[in-house]
Amino acid sequence: MKVGLFIPCYIDQFYPQVAVATLQLLEKLGVEVDYPLQQTCCGQPMANSGFSHYTQGCDSLFVKNFTGYDYIVAPSGSCVLHIKDHLHDDQNQAAADQIRSRIYELCEFLTDVLQVKELQASFPHKVGFHVSCHGQRGLYLSQMSELNAPDFSKPGFLLSLVKDIELVQLNRKDECCGFGGTFCVTEEAVSVKMGKDRVQDHLEHGAEYITGGDVSCLMHMEGILKRQKSPVKVLHIAEILNGQL
Amino acid sequence: MSSSTYIAPTDHAKAADKFMEDEERVNWHDKALWFIREKRDVASKQLPEWELLRETASQIKLNVLGNLDAYLEQFEQNAKQNGITVHWAADAAEHNRIVLDIIQKHGIQKLVKSKSMLTEECHLNDYLADNGIDVVDTDLGERVVQLAQEPPSHIVLPCIHKRKEEVGELFHKHLGTEKGASDPAYLTEAARQHLREKFLTSDLAITGVNFAIAETGGFVVCTNEGNADMGAHLAKVHIACMGIEKIIPKAENLSVFLRLLARSATGQPITTYSSHFHRPRPDQEMHIVLVDNGRSIQLGRKDFYNSLKCIRCGACINTCPVYRRSGGHSYHYAISGPIGAILAPNMDMKKNADLPFASTLCGSCTNVCPVKIDIHNQLYQWRQVLAKEGYVPSSKTQGMKVMASVLSNPTMFRMAGKSGRFMMRLAPGLANIKAVNPWAKQRDMPEAPKESFREWYIKNKKKS
Ligand code: SF4
Repeated sequence: MKVGLFIPCYIDQFYPQVAVATLQLLEKLGVEVDYPLQQTCCGQPMANSGFSHYTQGCDSLFVKNFTGYDYIVAPSGSCVLHIKDHLHDDQNQAAADQIRSRIYELCEFLTDVLQVKELQASFPHKVGFHVSCHGQRGLYLSQMSELNAPDFSKPGFLLSLVKDIELVQLNRKDECCGFGGTFCVTEEAVSVKMGKDRVQDHLEHGAEYITGGDVSCLMHMEGILKRQKSPVKVLHIAEILNGQL
Repeated sequence: MSSSTYIAPTDHAKAADKFMEDEERVNWHDKALWFIREKRDVASKQLPEWELLRETASQIKLNVLGNLDAYLEQFEQNAKQNGITVHWAADAAEHNRIVLDIIQKHGIQKLVKSKSMLTEECHLNDYLADNGIDVVDTDLGERVVQLAQEPPSHIVLPCIHKRKEEVGELFHKHLGTEKGASDPAYLTEAARQHLREKFLTSDLAITGVNFAIAETGGFVVCTNEGNADMGAHLAKVHIACMGIEKIIPKAENLSVFLRLLARSATGQPITTYSSHFHRPRPDQEMHIVLVDNGRSIQLGRKDFYNSLKCIRCGACINTCPVYRRSGGHSYHYAISGPIGAILAPNMDMKKNADLPFASTLCGSCTNVCPVKIDIHNQLYQWRQVLAKEGYVPSSKTQGMKVMASVLSNPTMFRMAGKSGRFMMRLAPGLANIKAVNPWAKQRDMPEAPKESFREWYIKNKKKS
């Protein structure tokens, strides 16, 4: 099985440790991972701003980089959802469609494809899990609180395999943090207020760390925590599951 | 009483900034609405068939939208047979004119009105006030905003943005309650007495319509206060105003919609009063005004037509994390929140171009919607339409062009990333300057690492 590792642009630039953890974790689980060196971005920042008609260049590049892998895996629900829903290439739609059906967010790849049942990781801390909207409501990584349907959580299951971790309960288990792509600057005040409220929920329940599957949400909450001079840190779930902290 | 003194802000973000100047109010507004969302969760989870009900409602409405002309004609025919006078209005202006004609024909000066979002959409109150008619809104929350000369901020809870102290202040000024009194029971009683007098002395009542039934020619009005009934039962003339999408085929369909409506709206198992009107009383005149006002245009938009399934329960508004912080007036349209943001651009793309962007696309609205409108996808689709048609600022278009060329070129992308990180490491204070970087106003920038993942990968992993 050959996996193409897709590292979203802001992770590559600002959170390389998340990409390293993702790569190491996959390799530890026996996966052959390849990182195409010419990759950039999924195109979501443009599409969500209304400019999907400007994403052709980005899309064709993505198709060029990721054609031919058995799976494509990325540590970001949001970017994966974007590719799954929107990847388009006039020159090579068949390849684009194949990528759309083969791309996985890291957690769902671990639970659904690798069917991981145990992990060599321990993290003796109180941790709040932030449910990112696109992963949950778009990729169904966990059950949505709005629906009358059985509960489940793929990232929750993986965290339960980590030794000594204590997950805190939140008042609002899947409320949006307010990042929202360009929303975080065009609607700065609402975005920050949503982020402050989300962070507060974790703080009130004694979290020492906030983790989640999307670095964008975590970056937003980290910015707020740091501005508040809070000792609480954010970590991507890959860093905890990789067990090298 | 006119709401025209209220100047609608033109930009959602600016209006939201203003609402958020009082963080205490925002906290309370957020909690009040979240409380209702949680009641809705509990109520919906008590019905094992909840998701099936939603699907059924959606299918019934899709059938209606696919055969709207036939159902409307069937409804008209049956309503006429029942002795109801049926009027058709192409737009808001025609609707208002029809209503005024009926009022003037009867020489009426004052009337009572129960909640109708359609008449808000048509700005009927302003129009009637300009023509010398005294309109009294009889829904308690609507009366409060009417006294405050504001539009409703929520389709089900019109004055949810007002604290009880503010309501006390308004009632003191207009209804003569004691100064400083804010006890809800006391204020409600004062409103009841005030409204009772209005009901007893009004010869004409306007109501909205929740469901109009094609097979019977009757219609159903749902209220928790019974004010629609008080108005309609005491008045010699009853005018019911409805958007053409309010049709359902059969009376039995109510068993689906009435169960969904109240639970979605407030978490109640049933609305307190679901009143069925079929024909005028012997001494009464009954009119129905069927209003298009942009609905046929929306019906023709393939990505947006199913927004017409909406039954105006307000669940998407209560759950919206943006709405809860920005307040209903920030949407500067009669219908606020996510549903307002997908309906408003159909009416005026230029004026409402900001609304589909007032969302993180979190998708919670879609999940609570009892008729399964894919609200967040339509927000995304409206963004594409608005950008293509040139309704976003040109600075944004330019920025997106630059972004597109950088992201489709790996070399340029690496250069941009490198210089960005370099700058941030060299001058972390610079990136945190609030004036140039809206991110940094209330948030720190991430720390720039020495190397990108790609650089690390080439050094540590790349097989030659
Ligand atoms: S869009 Fe759906 S949830 Fe929102 S008001 Fe309409 S029916 Fe209710």
